[in-house]
Amino acid sequence: MARQRQLIYAIVAAVVAIAVGVALSYVIHWFPVQASTQAHNTDRLYHVLVDASIPIFVLVVTVVLYCAWQFRMKPGEELKDGPPIHGNTRLEVVWTTIPAVILLALVSYSFVVLHDNEKKPAREIHVGVTGQQFAWSFQYPPSVTHGKPVESHQLYLPEGESVQFALHSKDVIHAFWIPAFRLQEDVVPGITVKYRATPDRLGTYPIVCNLLCGLGHSLMRATVHVVPQAQFQQWLKSHAGATVPGGAGAGSTAGTTSATAG
Amino acid sequence: MAARLRAPGFYRAAWMMALGVAFATGLTWVVRMSTGHSTFRHFIDGEAILTVSLIAVPLLFLVGIGGFDYWFYWAAGKKTRAEDHSGHGAHTWKDYFRINTDHKVIGVQYTVTSFFFLFVGGLIAMLMRAELAAPGAQFVDANTYNGLFSVHASLLIFLFVIPVFAGLGNFVIPLMIGAPDMAFPRLNALSYWLLPVAGLMMLGSFFAPGGAFADGWTAYAPLSTNAPIGQTFFSLGVQFAGASSIMTALNFLVTIITMRAPGMSFFRMPLLVWANFATSLLVVIATPFIAASQFFVLLDRALGFNFFNAAKGGDVLMYQHVFWFYSHPAVYIMMLPGFGIISEVIAVKSRKPIFGYRMMAFSLLAIVGLGFTVWAHHMFTSGMASWIRIPMAITTAIIAVPTGIKIFSWLATLWRGVLHLDTPMLFALGFLTTFTLGGISGVMLAMIPFDIHVSATYFIVAHIHYVLFGGSLMTIFAGVYYWFPKMTGRMYDERLGKWHFWTTFVFFNLTFGPMHIIGLQGMPRRVEDYASKFADLNLFISIASFALGLSTLVFLYNVVTSWRGGPVAQSNPWRGMTLEWQVSSPPPVFNFDKVPTVVGGPYEYGVPGAVHGTFAPTPTPATVGAGSGLARAPSE
Repeated sequence: MARQRQLIYAIVAAVVAIAVGVALSYVIHWFPVQASTQAHNTDRLYHVLVDASIPIFVLVVTVVLYCAWQFRMKPGEELKDGPPIHGNTRLEVVWTTIPAVILLALVSYSFVVLHDNEKKPAREIHVGVTGQQFAWSFQYPPSVTHGKPVESHQLYLPEGESVQFALHSKDVIHAFWIPAFRLQEDVVPGITVKYRATPDRLGTYPIVCNLLCGLGHSLMRATVHVVPQAQFQQWLKSHAGATVPGGAGAGSTAGTTSATAG
Repeated sequence: MAARLRAPGFYRAAWMMALGVAFATGLTWVVRMSTGHSTFRHFIDGEAILTVSLIAVPLLFLVGIGGFDYWFYWAAGKKTRAEDHSGHGAHTWKDYFRINTDHKVIGVQYTVTSFFFLFVGGLIAMLMRAELAAPGAQFVDANTYNGLFSVHASLLIFLFVIPVFAGLGNFVIPLMIGAPDMAFPRLNALSYWLLPVAGLMMLGSFFAPGGAFADGWTAYAPLSTNAPIGQTFFSLGVQFAGASSIMTALNFLVTIITMRAPGMSFFRMPLLVWANFATSLLVVIATPFIAASQFFVLLDRALGFNFFNAAKGGDVLMYQHVFWFYSHPAVYIMMLPGFGIISEVIAVKSRKPIFGYRMMAFSLLAIVGLGFTVWAHHMFTSGMASWIRIPMAITTAIIAVPTGIKIFSWLATLWRGVLHLDTPMLFALGFLTTFTLGGISGVMLAMIPFDIHVSATYFIVAHIHYVLFGGSLMTIFAGVYYWFPKMTGRMYDERLGKWHFWTTFVFFNLTFGPMHIIGLQGMPRRVEDYASKFADLNLFISIASFALGLSTLVFLYNVVTSWRGGPVAQSNPWRGMTLEWQVSSPPPVFNFDKVPTVVGGPYEYGVPGAVHGTFAPTPTPATVGAGSGLARAPSE
C-alpha cells in the first residue's frame, strides 16, 4: 500500500516536471530574432521536438530517481537478490513500437517543414554569393538589377521577396549561415550550391562563416540588410556596375591580417 | 651492452629509429636527385624527410621493441622455438613496459595509456576554455587555438575512448568467456604498442613547423590538403591508431567466436561480450575507410594527387562521404562497449537478471546494421544531392529505436531490484540520464530543417559531449570502478568515488548544458573569438569546465592511492555471476586453473540455486543443452 502511494507521488512529480519543462521551453528565448518565413517554420519544428522530448526525458529520470529512492538496498539486505524477472514480451513490443511511431511522425513532420522551406515560389530573385578566405562578396545579375550587374561586400535583400542564393567558393569550403534566417549551406569549391530564403523582417543581421576555413575563420563575417523593396531598388541603382576590389577573385583581407596578428 | 642493443627493447628501438631517419633522408635524397633536383639546396628537403620519417621511424620502433620478432623468425624459416611464456604476464612493474602477450597486462597497458591521453586531452580542453572565457584574444592565436581543438578531439577519440574500451575488453573478455588468453596474443601485444606511437605523433605535431594540425579532427579537404606539415602527423597518426583498432577487433572476433568455454552459447554470453562482438564488426568494416580518407589527404598534400582539388577534377564532397562512412559508425564504436559495461553493472548492482536479454543482444546488432546507413546526416548542409538527406534522416530517426530499447530495458532491470548505489552504479545511473539527453538531441538533429540551423554550432558541441562524455566516459568510469578490484587486486575508496561521481555529474551538466543554448543563438564552433552577446554564458561554461577538470583529480588520486595501498580485494566483491569474478583478484597468469563449464545465463540473480559457470567436472549433456535462462548447476 505504501508503495502505491509513493508511486502516485512519483507520477504527480513527473507530470508537474513535464508541465514546468514545457512551459519553460516557451519562456526561454532560444533563438535570435526570426527574420525569414523559414525561421518561423523551423522554430515551430523545434518547439514540437522539445515538447515531444520532455516527457521522454522526464520518464527516464523519474524511473531512475524512483528506483534509487524505493529500491535502494536497506541495511540487512546485503545478501538479498531482486525477483528473477527475465522480461516481458508485451512490454518490449510496446517500447519498440511507440518510439518508432513517434520518431516516424516527427521525421514526417520535419519533411513537411523542409518542403515548405525549400519549395519554389512563384517569383524569386537570384543572388550570387562568393566565399573566399576570409570574406564574402555578393553578385546581383542583370535580371535583378535591370541594368548593369552589381557586386558588393554588403548583402541587401528586399523584404518579403524570395531569394535564391547560388554559392561559389574561391578556395576552401565555407558555410554561408544567416542565423536570423535559420538557414545555412556549405560553399564548396567546384560546385554551385543553392538555397532559398524569404526575408520577412526589416533590419540588419549577421552573416557567419560556419565551416572552419583557416586562420581568419572566426572573422569571416558580413551583414545582411533587409530593406523595403523601394530602398532595395535605390541601393541597386546607386551601385550600378560596382565591383569589389579585384572582382570576385580578391576581396577584403581585413580578416586575414587581424587573425594572424591576434 | 651489445646484447642489449640486439635484444628486443628500448635500446634496440632507439638505434633502429635513428636508422629510420637515415633511411628517410637517403630515400628522399635519391628520389629528388633522380627527378631533377640537381643543386645541393634541393637534395635535402626537410618536409620530405619528415614525411617519410613519420612512416619509417614508428615502424622501426615497433621492430626494435620486438613487436614483429616471432613472425620474422618464423618467416625466415628458422627452427621453431618452444614457447616458454617468458614474455607473458607481469612480475614487476617493468613488465608493463615491454612487449607482453598476457591479455591482462595488455588490458592494463591499454587502459593506463588511454587515461594518460584523457588527461592530456582534458588539459588541452582547459586551455581552450581559458581562451574562450572572454571574447577577443586572451593568450593564444587563431592557429594555436585551431590546433588545440583539433588535437583535443583527435586524442580523445583515437587515443582515449576507442582504445580504453579495447583495454577494458582486453582484460575482461577472455575472463568472461572462460578463455586462457586472446586468440592471437602476439598480435594483441603489437596492437597495444601502436597506440603510444599514434598518440605521441598527434601530440608531437605541436612541435612541427607551422604548428599542429589545425583543421579539426574531421580534416576536411581542401583545407587539410594545403595545410602545413602538422597535418601529416594526423594523417599518419590515424593510420597507426586505426591499425591498432582493427587488430584488436579481429582478435576480439576470433576470440569470442572460437574460445568460449564449453556450454557458453552466444545467448549465454555476458552482454559486455556481445557489445564488443558488435563493436568489433563495426571496427573491421568501417576503419579502413578513415585510413583511406587520410591517405588521400596525405597523397594530395605531399605528392599533388589532386583527389580533392576541384580545379584539377577532384571531388571535394567525396572526402566527406568516405570520412563519415567511418566516422559515423565510430560513434557506435565509442558507445556500444559502454552499453555492455552498463548492462554488467546494472544487473549486478540491482541484483536482477537483465530485462529482455535477447532484445539487448539483437538491438546491438540492429545498431551495427543501421549504423552504416546514416553517415550523410553529418552532411545535411554540405551541398550534396538534396534527396540523400531524406533516407538518411529516416534511418537516423529509426536508429533511436534500438537505443531506446536498451534504455527502457535497463530501467526495467532497476525496477524492484535491490539497488547497491555505490560508485559504479552511480555512474551507470548518471549515464542513463545524460545519455538520454544526448540521444534526444541526436534525434532532433535528424530533423533536417532544424539541423540546417544548428549544424556546426555549439549545439553540436553540446550534443557530441553529451554522447561521448555523458555517454561513453560515464560508462568508462563505471567500468573502471567496477573492475578495479579485479584488475589491481585492491579496492578503491568508495567515499572518494562518490565525490568523483557527484562533482563530475554536476559540472558536466553545467559545462555542456549551456552550450545547447549558445549554439541555438548562433555561436559557431571552432572559433577562438566570438560576438560579445555570448560572453556571459561562455564565462559560465569556462568556470564550470575548470571545476569539471578538477573533479578528475579526485579520480586520479583515488586510483593511484588505492592501487598502491588500498584494501586487498576479494575474488568476488560484488557477488557477480560472470566468470571473471570466479577467479582470484588479480587472476592467475593463465586465468583458469580448471576450465569452467557454463551451465546457465550470466545474470540469473534471484533465481534460487542458479549458477552461470562451474568448475566441477563436465555436467551431463542434458543440462548443458538446456538453453539460456533457467538451467541449474548439477552440483554446488
